[in-house]
Order: sequence, then C-alpha cells, then structure tokens
Amino acid sequence: MKRFWSWAAIIFGGLYFLLPLIGTIEFSLRMRRGEYTLDAYRSVLNDAAFRQTFSYSVIMALATIVLGVLIVVPTAYWVRLRLPRLRPVIEFITLLPLVIPAIVVVFGYIRLYNTSSILPLTGTASGTNLLLLFGYATLALPYMYRAVDTGLSTLDVRSLTEAAQSLGAGWVRIIGRLILPNVLGAVMSGAFLSFAIVIGEFTMAALLNRPAFGPYMQLLGANRAYEPAALAVIAFAVTWGCMGIMQLISRLFGVRRTAK
Amino acid sequence: MKQIGWNWLGILPFFAFALLFLVLPTMNIVVGAFRTPDGGFTLANIQGLASPRIIDSFAISIKISLASALLGCLIGFAMAAAVVFGGVPGWLKAPLMTFSGVASNFAGVPLAFAFIATLGRVGLVTMLLKQWFGINIYAMGFNLLSFWGLTLTYLFFQIPLMILIITPALEGLKREWREAAEVLGASTSQYWRMVALPILFPSLLGTFALLFANSFGAVATAYALTGSSLSIVPIMLFAQIRGDVLQDPHLGYAMAFAMIVVTGLANLAYVIMRTRAERWMR
Repeated sequence: MKRFWSWAAIIFGGLYFLLPLIGTIEFSLRMRRGEYTLDAYRSVLNDAAFRQTFSYSVIMALATIVLGVLIVVPTAYWVRLRLPRLRPVIEFITLLPLVIPAIVVVFGYIRLYNTSSILPLTGTASGTNLLLLFGYATLALPYMYRAVDTGLSTLDVRSLTEAAQSLGAGWVRIIGRLILPNVLGAVMSGAFLSFAIVIGEFTMAALLNRPAFGPYMQLLGANRAYEPAALAVIAFAVTWGCMGIMQLISRLFGVRRTAK
Repeated sequence: MKQIGWNWLGILPFFAFALLFLVLPTMNIVVGAFRTPDGGFTLANIQGLASPRIIDSFAISIKISLASALLGCLIGFAMAAAVVFGGVPGWLKAPLMTFSGVASNFAGVPLAFAFIATLGRVGLVTMLLKQWFGINIYAMGFNLLSFWGLTLTYLFFQIPLMILIITPALEGLKREWREAAEVLGASTSQYWRMVALPILFPSLLGTFALLFANSFGAVATAYALTGSSLSIVPIMLFAQIRGDVLQDPHLGYAMAFAMIVVTGLANLAYVIMRTRAERWMR
C-alpha cells in the first residue's frame, strides 16, 4: 500500500515535469504544417538579433563570474583569516539579494544612477552595461559566496597563509596562486550557477534597456508562435548543461577531498 | 591599532560593492516611499497603497503565492517521502535530486514558453485531451493566463525547491525515533502524527515561507506568460518603473517597499523556522 502511494506520487510528479518538456519539444518541431521539422530552430539561429543578444548575455555572464570571483574570494578568505567575528554580518549581506526582489534593486539603480545624479551611469551605454554587470554580480552573490565559503571551510586557511608568508609570498600571490586554486572546484560550481542565472535574466536587463537574451526571448514570445518553443528548448539545454557540469565538478572535487 | 585598520581594509571592496549596488539602491526606494515630492516626511504614499487597484494586485499576488507554495510543499513532500522511505528503488533518488537542481533554476521567460507550448490553446496537452478524451479544457473555463494557469506554471520551480530542501530533513529523521515509537506500541499513523510531523513542522513551515517569497518576487515568468493582462504586484511594479502607470512616482516606491516587507517577512519566518528545525538535526 505504501509502495503504491509512493509510486503514485513519483509518477504523478514525473508526468507534471515531463509533459511541459515534451510539449515544448513537440511544439518547436511543428512549424511546418503536417510534418516535424527543425524550421523553428533554423529561423531562430539565423536571426541576427538572436546571435547578438545571446553573445551579449554570454559576455555579461562571463564578466559577472570574473567580477564575482574578484569580490567574493578575497573577502571570504580575509574574513576567515582575520575577521571571523564579522562572518555572520557578511553572510547576512550576501543573502540579501535573495530577500530583496531584483525588480526593487534595479528600481533603486534607475533612481540612484540616473542622468541627474552624481554618478550618472545610465547616461551612456557603457555605463549602463557596467551597472547591469554590478546588478548581475549582486544576483550571483548568494550562490558564489556560499560555494566559496564552503570550499574554504575544507582548508586550514591560517596554516596555508603562514606557510606561504614564511616563504615570502605577498597577499596577491597568496590569494591568486594558493587560495584560488584550492577552492577552484567551489568557484567553478558557483560560476556555472551564475552563468545559468545571468544568461536568461529578464527583469534587470529589460528595465535598464540592454539588448540581452532575456528581453529578446520575451519579445519573440510576444510576436511569434513556434520560435519561442525552440528558444525554450535551447535555454533549457543551456541550464541543464550548466547544472550538469556543476554537479560533475562538485562530485569530482568531493571525491578527491575524501580520497586525501 | 594599525593592525585593526589593515584588517578592515581587506573587506573594503566588498562593503563598497554591497553598499553601492545593494544597500543604497534599496534604501533609496524605502526612503522614497516615505517622502513627499519636495522632500518632506509623509505617510501619504503608504496610505495611497489602499487604492482598490493596488489592493487587488496584492490580493491576487498573495493568493497565487500561497497556492503555489502550498501545492509545492505538498507535492514536493510526497515525492521526497516516496524516495526517502516509500519503497521506491534507491537509484531514483540521484536523478530526482539532479533534476530538481536544474528545474528549480529553470524559471523565467523560457518556462512561460514551455507552458504555452503545453497548456496553451494549441499546446500539446490541450490538443491531446481534446483528441483522446474529447475534453476541451478551454471550453471548461481553463485559461493559462489566470490564477490557476500561473500557479500551475510556478509549481515547475516550486516543487523542485521543496524536494531539494526537505529531502535532507527527511533523511535526518533518526531510525531510533521510529523504533522507539514502535516499541511503545505506536502505529504508523501515530508515529507520523505524534513524532515525525512535529519534528518536521518547522522545516515544513520554513520551506513554505521560502516558496511563498520565491513566487511573490517572480517577474519574468509572469510577464512572458501574461504580458500585462494579470496585474500581480511584480507586473504592476514593472509597468510603473517603465511608464509610471500609477501617475505618482512615490506611490511606486511605496509599492516596492511593500514588496520588500512581504518578502522580508517570509524570509524571516524561514530563518526562524530553520533555526528551530536544526535543533533536532544534531
């Protein structure tokens, strides 16, 4: 009896998750009447706007990862080494982006950095790109920080630092050549999650008027029938790829850690 | 003394970043909610939220968030329980957790497309129901661009989030507790009612609050699904930022402030409940 209900829950849930995926794939192949073709994908991939917005978002995602690593790794390391009492404060700040909706944060950006303010970032395209980049870095902050902090917890930060210092290494060298390689697995898993979040992000990019992939998808969805389904399949593949690689990395690094 | 100064210098970049791009922008909105156009203090903006249009948008937003959080908790719990101790083969657990990790991050515009392709007017499931069973769900009053449509769509990221959070809690239930209850003559339902559920209760309530906040702040999925035909809070705020549809910028700040209050309270409930839940998990 218990087994029956368990299977019922799994099958019911499984159907709920599988049907939209099957439905999307089926719909994306339906563009030509009466037969299944890849026309919708062809149409999407041949669209210059797709290529432009997709590469824009890829570049933004990579830049977000670099910025995130530059902010998070030294901070998490330094807090563990010198300011352990501040850890709850830092942790609280890194969790704020999960509490404050992105739409409110970007609303604040528009007011704080408009053309009549001291720092008129929204006045120019490159300034707005920079603002969006910082916005994405706040979105990625909770995931990046938690990943790196967990990675650091497996190291003896103090001994490593003292050893490096006694060999004459400076701070930049310690963080770049010693700490970063040691938490690389954690950094990578945070990085792929950030990539998955940034690549399809809609709200911030739309409200800052940047030509990103998320607003492009929304626009296509409002105007076309079959291409959006093809886009959804592509987006799902990207998300799946990022998360899959992330899990693989954490498993690989996890195994190595226990094998030590 | 010099040492302390150096220590603080190390986290200066982080604080500068958090202040400039997280704290100050949010504070700006919060302060704006309590200001008159010429800069004086006022509560009029907050009182202005009591207009029927804004109250309606909060009501429908809260309804959708409650429904999707409740259903997400129930279905996610059932699936997690089935895998943890329901007698379903053990190899199912790893793929379920992996899939949950992916699906809980598959929100936004593509998710809306997936549901339009499935349950839209010419979607796969809509067509199959019509062809195989002669059921026309749209003739029966179903609409994807409605309360139930949005709730059904949100469940796609709510259920996986529940599974991800509750599975470790279920695995934390100690075998000794069940054995002790059985030795004392408890039936399965008594064990669940009087031992397991009270222990799990903080976890369940906490996750419920988290799921609530999760769907309350979701913009992209709703916007891509409904355009602006369903005025839930995030959609209305989106339109307000784009074009001042409320015709009063300060009312917009008040609305954003109210949104922070709701998600803030929900997250606070989550944190409190999680601290309680962890007492049992040692």
